[in-house]
Amino acid sequence: MSTAAAVLSNTQIERSTSHTATIYLKEAKYQFLKNLRLRVYTASVISFPLMFYVLFGLVLNAKETIGGMGVPTYLIATYGTFGVMGASLFGTASGLAADRGLGWLQVKRASPMPPFAYFTAKVVLSMIFSAIVVLLLLVLGIAFGGVRLPLMEMAKLLGTLVAGSLPFSAMGLAIGYFAGPNSAPAAINLIYLPLSFCSGLWVPYMFLPKAVRQIALALPPYHLSQLALGVVGAGRHEPATAHWEVLLAFTLICLGVARIGFQRDKGKLYG
Amino acid sequence: MAMIATLEETQSRLRARYGAVVASLEGVSTSYGEVRALRNVNFAAYAGQVVALLGPNGAGKTTAVKLLLGLMQPDSGKARVFGSDPINPQNRMRTGAMLQVGRVPETLRVREHIDLFSSYYPKPLPLDEVLAAAGLEKLRDRKFGDLSGGQRQRTLFALSICGDPDLLFLDEPTVGLDVEARRALWEEIRRLVERGKTVLLTTHYLEEADALADRIAVINQGEIIAEGTPVEIKAQTSGKLIRCVTSLSVESLLQIPGVNSAQQDREAVVIRTGEAESVLRALLARDSTLAGLEITGAGLEEAFLALTQDNGQNKNRQN
Repeated sequence: MSTAAAVLSNTQIERSTSHTATIYLKEAKYQFLKNLRLRVYTASVISFPLMFYVLFGLVLNAKETIGGMGVPTYLIATYGTFGVMGASLFGTASGLAADRGLGWLQVKRASPMPPFAYFTAKVVLSMIFSAIVVLLLLVLGIAFGGVRLPLMEMAKLLGTLVAGSLPFSAMGLAIGYFAGPNSAPAAINLIYLPLSFCSGLWVPYMFLPKAVRQIALALPPYHLSQLALGVVGAGRHEPATAHWEVLLAFTLICLGVARIGFQRDKGKLYG
Repeated sequence: MAMIATLEETQSRLRARYGAVVASLEGVSTSYGEVRALRNVNFAAYAGQVVALLGPNGAGKTTAVKLLLGLMQPDSGKARVFGSDPINPQNRMRTGAMLQVGRVPETLRVREHIDLFSSYYPKPLPLDEVLAAAGLEKLRDRKFGDLSGGQRQRTLFALSICGDPDLLFLDEPTVGLDVEARRALWEEIRRLVERGKTVLLTTHYLEEADALADRIAVINQGEIIAEGTPVEIKAQTSGKLIRCVTSLSVESLLQIPGVNSAQQDREAVVIRTGEAESVLRALLARDSTLAGLEITGAGLEEAFLALTQDNGQNKNRQN
């Protein structure tokens, strides 16, 4: 019976804070490496906003102004928002839907991984890629579009847009819990592209048809882009707190939906 | 009530014989919507042993494993690991699992996957030891997506053992492995048991269960239909197959003493028996037109088939 006693003695294994921190860091590190090497992800998430910016901001309209603001500067804010949205939605939803639907998340759940580490890693990844997109836009704008912004303003623009990754990461988690492993990318595009257009990320807000302008006010990307434009002194100069409140409410709703999906998955067989 | 008493007796007898129960399903039933996946399953893994859940695809093996990993909740009955609920985080730190997975992140390297999973556990094994145990030394820098099917299986095995768990679940671990890799994995499992680990293995190969397990539970259509040591299981299923064309009906064949089962097989019937000679005498005496006689020994796979098929047939008869 001595082996029996040894086997069943439930010595409490406490995980130290530093061990937990290590797990979170490794989870984020490998999530980042995984996506960095995923050409589908980097190509669509980084190349598209940069391509659009080069075409519409540097090649075609570089000398134009929008409301007294040079186009290359204005478009950094709007294509920055577009890029952040893409990095966040694709960074969370498609991976989650595939992991859920094809059994990998079960392997992770069966392991002693703290469940929260998995989701945190996805959000961190989205923020890192958001930062990369915004920085690359700034570099292009400064080098080829004559963009001149004070350093503090650039830092604030970067900070605003990276913080703006959170609502869309939350949205991605919600989508990832309700989309199938193969249909997730299509589902994201179906939401992402119309949302970008209607929020004035491609065509500046004031040039949108009147009906679309009404719709834009209800869309989260509109509010993030107005915050970003506000930083560089453009946009519609609405109070920033109102924009932040809309984004916060949107984040909470998405997290609520994701939570419903998480609970629904518990105890359900998949894969 | 009598049934329950017998059950408890059996359980305590087994406990005396094998030691502590590390993982168990106690009267577990569960279903997916209309489909019953498990019916009143009682089953235990004992410390320091390999127990095999043997059954055909769709028998409920994976469901049993998922219940014991806390990935599902039973409709009734309970799953226990180390004496408590499987979802207890303490239990997960002492448990490793190799499950059947549709897709694993393909852009991470073998060593990176192992590094990440090792970090979850309090006392993981050194990377080199894990790579050696899974035969992955030369593939450590290979991306998962560039691995062959067998190499992927071995990587999943590596992830299940990297935390040096006391209890290991292996769901169909050797599917897709070639003979050599299968033998190597068996060796590894034996080595784990030598170190005092408990292993629960599911398989549809009787040979595998026979080679590894201290105890085998045969599962079919969600029910445990036989349980015992490999020798006991084989004894239950040994015997001969008699195939012949006869005018006797299946019902009348079942009346012959020594006939375990009889089944129509195209124009002939197949009779399974432990006493081939006496059954044969009875057959020839009752049917002078009997033709096309063949007698074969029931091999291991046939024995296993016999167990699972008989079960199906019995149920049909009840219905």
